[in-house]
Amino acid sequence: MTTNVQAQARPAQKTTTLPPVLILIAGWLIPGAGHFLLKKWIRGTLLLVSIVAMFGIGLALKGKVYGPNTAELLDMLNFAGDLGNGLLYVIARVFDLGAATEQIAIADYGTKFIVVAGLLNIIAAVDAHSLAIGRKAS
Amino acid sequence: MTISHFGAVLLFSLFTSIVFGITQRSDPKMMIRFGAFCFALFVGGTIVASWLMWLIKH
Repeated sequence: MTTNVQAQARPAQKTTTLPPVLILIAGWLIPGAGHFLLKKWIRGTLLLVSIVAMFGIGLALKGKVYGPNTAELLDMLNFAGDLGNGLLYVIARVFDLGAATEQIAIADYGTKFIVVAGLLNIIAAVDAHSLAIGRKAS
Repeated sequence: MTISHFGAVLLFSLFTSIVFGITQRSDPKMMIRFGAFCFALFVGGTIVASWLMWLIKH
């Protein structure tokens, strides 16, 4: 019985030869890319579509994309959340997407969509990293 | 783009639940179950909170 318990507690096998840090960074830069590198195509596609859609809807609702700031604590936290979007955030900043200030009430929803998309992308990248190092079974 | 409040709730809940389901469970069947559970909690929680706010106001 003891042997069986030990066997169940053994961590899952590594699923790739790629460096886990590379998978983490790829997953952060491009939503779902970490899962794509692990050949988990359906999960990667669902993550890509979900996160890009949330980011896109946020921009379409005229949500604000935060830049680096030291104004208020919430603004800094929103900036940290936005950074989670990886290259999507860079593209938004380069092309000046995202309103500088929220002009309409519904734009606040857009701002939250963008921030949450970034936070979800970080969760997805960490999940890919966990799969790569064998912390998560499959 | 304009969107109703409830439409925003549904979209937010859908995409968030998909990511939660994929990342928080290992087995595909459990992913779907957990995603559906999260979606129901998001939407149900919003409706309950909305009625609570309505009751407080009235």
